[in-house]
Amino acid sequence: MSGPPPPARASNAGNGFSYEEPLLFERSRPGRTGYSLAELDVPEVDPAQVLPEGSVRAELPGLPELSEVDVVRHFTRLSTWNAAVDLGLYPLGSCTMKYNPKLNEKVARLPGFASAHPLQPPALLQGFLELAHQLEGALAEVSGMDRVSLQPAAGAQGELAGIMMIRAYHEHRGERRHKVLIPESAHGTNPASAALNGYQVIPIASGDDGVLHPDAVAAVMSDDVAALMITNPNTLGLFEEHIARIAEIVHARGGLVYGDGANLNALLGIARPGDLGIDVMHFNLHKTFSTPHGGGGPGAGPVGVKNVLAPHLPVPVIRRLEGSEGQGYGLDYDFPLSIGRLHGNFGNVGMFVRAFAYLRSLGPEGLRRCAEMAVLNANYLLARLRGRFHVPFDRPVMHECVLSDRSLAGTGVTTLDVAKRLIDYGYHPPTVYFPLIVHGALMIEPTESEGLEGLDRFADALLAVGEEAQRDPELVKRAPHHTRRSRLDETRAARRPILRWQPER
Amino acid sequence: MRYIPHTQAEIEQMLDAIGAPSVDAIFATVPAKFRLQRPLQIPRAASEQEVQAELAALAGRNACLETHDWFLGAGTYPHFIPSAIDALVSRAEFMTSYTPYQPEISQGTLQAVFEWQTMVCGLTGLDVSNASLYDGASAAAEAVLMAMRATRRSRVVVSGALHPHYREVVRTYLSGLEAEWVEAGRAEDGRTQDLAALLNDETACVLLQQPNFLGAVEDVRAAAALAHAHGARLAVVVTEALSLALLEAPGSLGADIACGEAQSFGVPMGIGGPHLGFLAAREELLRQLPGRLVGETVDSEGRRGFVLTLSTREQHIRRERATSNICTNQGLCLLMATIYLSLLGPRGLRRLAETNLAKAQYARRRVQGTPGLGLPLPAPTFNEFAVRVPDSGPAALGRALDQGIVGGLDLAAEAPELGPAVLVCTTELASREAIDRLVAALAGRPR
Amino acid sequence: MANFEIPDDLLYTPEDEWARGDGDRFHVGITDYAQQQLGDIVFVDLPEVGSEVTQGQVFGVIESVKAVSDLYAPVSGQVVEVNEELADRPELVNEDCYGDGWIIVIDTRGEDPSDSLLDAAAYLKHVDERSE
Repeated sequence: MSGPPPPARASNAGNGFSYEEPLLFERSRPGRTGYSLAELDVPEVDPAQVLPEGSVRAELPGLPELSEVDVVRHFTRLSTWNAAVDLGLYPLGSCTMKYNPKLNEKVARLPGFASAHPLQPPALLQGFLELAHQLEGALAEVSGMDRVSLQPAAGAQGELAGIMMIRAYHEHRGERRHKVLIPESAHGTNPASAALNGYQVIPIASGDDGVLHPDAVAAVMSDDVAALMITNPNTLGLFEEHIARIAEIVHARGGLVYGDGANLNALLGIARPGDLGIDVMHFNLHKTFSTPHGGGGPGAGPVGVKNVLAPHLPVPVIRRLEGSEGQGYGLDYDFPLSIGRLHGNFGNVGMFVRAFAYLRSLGPEGLRRCAEMAVLNANYLLARLRGRFHVPFDRPVMHECVLSDRSLAGTGVTTLDVAKRLIDYGYHPPTVYFPLIVHGALMIEPTESEGLEGLDRFADALLAVGEEAQRDPELVKRAPHHTRRSRLDETRAARRPILRWQPER
Repeated sequence: MRYIPHTQAEIEQMLDAIGAPSVDAIFATVPAKFRLQRPLQIPRAASEQEVQAELAALAGRNACLETHDWFLGAGTYPHFIPSAIDALVSRAEFMTSYTPYQPEISQGTLQAVFEWQTMVCGLTGLDVSNASLYDGASAAAEAVLMAMRATRRSRVVVSGALHPHYREVVRTYLSGLEAEWVEAGRAEDGRTQDLAALLNDETACVLLQQPNFLGAVEDVRAAAALAHAHGARLAVVVTEALSLALLEAPGSLGADIACGEAQSFGVPMGIGGPHLGFLAAREELLRQLPGRLVGETVDSEGRRGFVLTLSTREQHIRRERATSNICTNQGLCLLMATIYLSLLGPRGLRRLAETNLAKAQYARRRVQGTPGLGLPLPAPTFNEFAVRVPDSGPAALGRALDQGIVGGLDLAAEAPELGPAVLVCTTELASREAIDRLVAALAGRPR
Repeated sequence: MANFEIPDDLLYTPEDEWARGDGDRFHVGITDYAQQQLGDIVFVDLPEVGSEVTQGQVFGVIESVKAVSDLYAPVSGQVVEVNEELADRPELVNEDCYGDGWIIVIDTRGEDPSDSLLDAAAYLKHVDERSE
């Protein structure tokens, strides 16, 4: 281990203040406290008197002793080491790193949302139930699905729910099917979700034009296939133009079509997955609907279905009370064919509030505008970049475009190097090495949040790096040069895992 | 629209560069027959002022800590949240950053997660912790899947005193796999019974909640010994994370896996989410751990830094052979909890746990001394316990509500054998005076 | 195209394993081409000594920082030795894939597998085809 970095000092290395900061445990000083507790208004209790012998712990290792000032400084300094959407463009493909509205944060913190409890009586939760019910309806309308459950806590959990519902559907009809068809360009969660349901994954290749072809699907479609999973637009940013015909092929043999909704931003107000033959899909509230990524989460992955799958939705289901039941909304658990619960409570409610506020702020015209400007931006970038970079599928794209590393041939520079050098220009890199079907893929999604001058600056930077790769490859291969840490040894981290701090012996 | 910068002039400039005649034309790859021919039927856009007012009205129709005294726990706990937490997590570089796949520009997030992993190991007495899961229920499910992979067995013994929602979620996760589900009943004292009779050499995992759903403190050491005698793993599930500050660490008692819900550490109740699932395990189970992991390393200059590591377990590499399909962790909630634990430290956390215990003991004595009420379960408890009421749970809770108190959870559905009863949780938020009023209301007596 | 070694005296599988026979005992590992493709090896999941393996079936898994690959048995028989060094030093596979980076030893119990394996020339051809 290299030991803690030198003590905090300001550095004016052309980048403003930038502090070193050790771990909490290295900052810890015996006796420091950062909490306040009211004086006890009930009699003191000695735990050993009321708890069984041997069940009370003597020590609490692993926690630092710090003042509030220490803690605030520590985390404030840490925050200055991160890239963020609020700092600049984050062109990660299929992540939709759009602006996270501050209004959404404000309303999510209203006490009636933040300090309420999932198990309080529904009569005391009517505000939430109404919001959730309306959000379900809005998502259904946007996607062309019939019913929505907000419960899954992330896109991957939404996928899990979707494939589970498909499995339940077949089982209820007395059929045991064993396979799921998945394009080779799919996100890794797709095959993982299929496998978690005991399905065998049958990969399908896209055509030379980058989209799935009906005959390729027909060749592998059988009565043993439970479903086809498809992302539209796909991970190359291309609209799957044969999707309706493909859905027909799957449906004709009794299968269902799962839509990965990660790229929904491109379709808002333009087209709806439900109108294209999709039977079930998930939404990513943290992509399409602006909830913040939070350094890795939380997200939310609601799932939408056509009526044929509605009996299998997770419980509880939120519904309007009728007639003698009274006014307002209630919770329904009476769904014998439901797949059950995926989340301990309703799901990530805080994200519902944010997404609801976002939908209310945009309305139908605003949502459509998102799609229009997102697609305009991606095509604009493609126009600026295609001269120097190789575009594997040279067709108009939707909200994202993919470049390959062919233009780097002979330089010794890789896509990874290009990504690291872009950091020196002040950009979080695009997605790299995904989708797997493009060699050295660079997947760029600007979102509608980026203005023209921002796009031009990004294109200029990427073009400059492309030029550097030819002229001065070592500069690119050793990047980044201007960050507080240079490239980190991931091999060492994996070979000799150090996954927690431990005091030196 | 203030979130979308494009002016008409800029749009025209960009269309020109693309060589498209109009915005509509750039959607030419979407066949006309698929194009939506009408506007979306959702409410028209509202101004910031209007949206804020609408949300405030909706929020105002939910009871909350600010409007009522609170004695309802049952998996989501009412604790005080220090102000520094929201101030720090609201920083843009934490809130609007992405998963730390580019470590050079994500050291803030990565170091915080490494700190979290360290704290979880300390609290659970185990060797490795991941970078969090969606919630306690899915963490319990992942723990079971881990044990099944490690033992290559498919029989799961689950305590009947595990939170009912957690049991449902674990069942859902297992439904697509070949797994045998065996449920251990509850003994009369409130603890889990009959484990010895249910374990055999086909058992992958024993799943036990501590304290359990009815608040009872279980004998983890005995359960671990029984599990290990059959080559099974013991996974302890914790829904009230604060209990870890008082009760012996699961790892020290022989648990192989400790998992559950860390919402009590500075994460708002939030009507149930987002919360914070945690998962820790013995070293030997490291490669079976689902979810993200942060590890320490050095950069090319030899300076210490942190990276996501052992990624080959995960879906983006292993795809269908991944340990889980999980992609997201609960990043920002993890940060809240790490800050919370830093502020409280070992002494603050212990003191807080003792405070909760003292409030609960006071409430228990008041219950015992009030005609019409009783404590049906003799097992020791932490900050949550069952209270027998004279008539029915709903009636008793209704009386409490009339006093501005959310009094607990009706136990008729989950524990009918107790007769009319409610589950009461007392935290540091409950004043002595509120406890007295609660007890009077539950009993149906005037204050 | 990167350079890689293909020793003449070894036999190979299409999945990039090599086998060196000494009587009935066959040392098995992955080829130089394979270790270059995988990158820095971080972990090798070894079978238990005494377990049976079948030619063409998976006997273990090898992981690098960014990829995972199944290991396929070049011959059928019983695993009589595994390279315990790899637990602490998985980098041996990168550094000396034909020597100290060996992975397991299989006892074929008299079966002669050489007909179903590729010689050096055939393996080189196979690699060339895939690289194109």
